[in-house]
Amino acid sequence: MNAPASEAAITTTPSQMLEASGVRAVLDKLDAELIGLAPVKGRIRDIAALLLIDKLRDQQGLQSTPPSLHMCFTGNPGTGKTTVAMRMAEVLKQLGYVRKGHLVAVTRDDLVGQFIGHTAPKTKEVVKKAMGGVLFIDEAYYLYKPENERDYGQESIEILLQVMENHRDDLVVILAGYKDRMDTFFGSNPGMASRIAHHIDFPDYSEAELMQIAQLMLGQLNYRFDEAAAPAFTRYVSLRRQQPHFANARSIRNALDRIRLRHATRLFVTDSVLTREQLSTLTAEDILASRVFGLNAKGA
Amino acid sequence: MMTNHGKRVTQGQFSYLPDLTDAQITMQIEYALKRNYAVGIEYTDDPHPRNTYWEMYGNPMFDLKDPAGILLEINACRKTFPSHYVRVTAFDSTQGVESVRMSFIVNRPANEPGFRLVRSEQEGRNIRYSIESYSVQSHGEGERY
Repeated sequence: MNAPASEAAITTTPSQMLEASGVRAVLDKLDAELIGLAPVKGRIRDIAALLLIDKLRDQQGLQSTPPSLHMCFTGNPGTGKTTVAMRMAEVLKQLGYVRKGHLVAVTRDDLVGQFIGHTAPKTKEVVKKAMGGVLFIDEAYYLYKPENERDYGQESIEILLQVMENHRDDLVVILAGYKDRMDTFFGSNPGMASRIAHHIDFPDYSEAELMQIAQLMLGQLNYRFDEAAAPAFTRYVSLRRQQPHFANARSIRNALDRIRLRHATRLFVTDSVLTREQLSTLTAEDILASRVFGLNAKGA
Repeated sequence: MMTNHGKRVTQGQFSYLPDLTDAQITMQIEYALKRNYAVGIEYTDDPHPRNTYWEMYGNPMFDLKDPAGILLEINACRKTFPSHYVRVTAFDSTQGVESVRMSFIVNRPANEPGFRLVRSEQEGRNIRYSIESYSVQSHGEGERY
């Protein structure tokens, strides 16, 4: 059946195919909307390339087995693991690897039951919902609790392993969590580690990248910094980074939310009619009122 | 006439057609999911036309996006009840109640002897008709097919 195909001439170059499949658009969007994350983008590009080349191989009648695409995302809080997982579903849909391209995000609570016989149906329910798309398990290491050998998490892991093996065509499983704890998790579940082909580590953002992220977030909300505000926020970012519980992009988003609160309060007490300009401009004053600057002064 | 065409019970959609293949079942479910129907799997060994409520195999499946999950359950049900009748039912909730929109048989026993017409004579030589299944009448539950 494949014999005539082997004589078919290749009429499209890979780059033409990339354009035609709409993958280029998705990758470009990824570049524009996700700042930094070079290793992650590199890996997504590799996967996209492999899937496209596989399509070409298939046209030529060459053996093409769909690769296993189960992934593990590790990284510090706020480095964009969930955001990338969401994008991943979209990319895989464009590439034709998954049929529906939806993301089902779950944690331990959604998978593990509370009594004997509760876990298996619960996990299977979630797996069925994720079929045709991506199953994203956040903080996957909570599934395995070594201190309690009767914990039902193990049962859930076993079902997931089975699904990852037997229904590779139907869904992609992405595990996410902090690096050190995921390493322990894989250490005690070697079966899981070997079924995941892609271990992607999300690096922390640099200060410049955090500033870009802040600008992007503000742009989406129709706000902007005035001239004095931008350097003030740069200073804020570098101070905030040294403090405990810094969660990368998430901290930036929270900081912007607080700045918006102060901006609103400041405008609220003015008596004049507000212009569009005033409503959208954040000033240095809004930023410098932050607790972070106070702490630093006390320390110095 | 109470005849048994082709020795097949004809209930629900597609029952005069040859058995649907898995690919065809997938497409039917795809249609149901596209319309946001909840799909359930039911089985019975008493296919009397008046037996409306069959046993449910697991819960009806809500919020599914892809037929693969339902096909998985269908195959699990076929494996558990290889010689029962298994049907797929799709429910539409837009009326405020879960009303059946689609229902078709996906598994049937190898041999279906069919039904016979029972005539019972009433007062004044009136005749009441009913039907009964040969295999349901002659065997206990679980041994009928």
